[in-house]
Amino acid sequence: MKALAAFLAGLVFGLGLIVSGMTDPGKVIGFLDFAGDWDPSLAFVMAGAILVGFFAFMIAHRRTRSFLGGAMHLPHRSDVDHRLVGGSLVFGIGWGLAGFCPGPALVSFAAGEEKAAIFVAAMLIGMLVYAAAERFIHEPRRRTSPR
Amino acid sequence: MTIDWSHFTPWASLGGGILIGVAAAMLLLLNGRVAGISGILGGLLAPRRGQTGWRVAFVAGLFAAPLVMLLLGQAVARRIDADFGVLAIAGLAVGIGTSYGSGCTSGHGVCGLSRLSPRSLAATAAFMLAGMATVFVVRHAL
Repeated sequence: MKALAAFLAGLVFGLGLIVSGMTDPGKVIGFLDFAGDWDPSLAFVMAGAILVGFFAFMIAHRRTRSFLGGAMHLPHRSDVDHRLVGGSLVFGIGWGLAGFCPGPALVSFAAGEEKAAIFVAAMLIGMLVYAAAERFIHEPRRRTSPR
Repeated sequence: MTIDWSHFTPWASLGGGILIGVAAAMLLLLNGRVAGISGILGGLLAPRRGQTGWRVAFVAGLFAAPLVMLLLGQAVARRIDADFGVLAIAGLAVGIGTSYGSGCTSGHGVCGLSRLSPRSLAATAAFMLAGMATVFVVRHAL
């Protein structure tokens, strides 16, 4: 039941990405291109998604269990640190270069777009590089550093 | 700045955005999970017991979306100007950046802003500004 719910959520998410135009890198770059011909469409995507999401999180914050009976895994951090901002800046550079962010890239890849396949492969390598760095560089240092 | 009216799609984008919000609401309220694509993928690359099933199911749903559109007779529109080298660099940057920044457009931009998280607001501002600066350099300065 939970797997089915997650599958349907993924399906609706993917359909939303396609219908909204997020899977078209030209449209994404058109939104980021303030100095040229600006396409404001993506602001409407954000507005539509946040409109629904706002109420969903309002309900979620009042619950201790999900409607299918599992624990609620809500983010709890509120600090803004260098990793958050630095990482997001690097992500933004990649987003601006290709016009792809993770969700739309996966959908385009599934649609058979070979350029998206290159992007997704590189993105997964990037995530593995991070996982390796966490394990071998950041984690040992944290463990040995004095409190 | 001029508005690109020929590509402007307010209704389709608003409707698609609402679908994205509904999907995020489903995953949140039914599964108790935040719909952040980079986080879902990252969790699959470093799998933990009991944490992979819902992630695989969600990604399978994402993959099914273009097939459903195909059955409805709708092609997935895409204009990709970047060549393979640029796409590889961009993909690496997105993979590393979203990992360190713990989120992407969906996790921070949609879910984080929906719950008024200051962390996500900072992250969204950072990747929007970096994206705009990058497009400015590539399109107008180089």
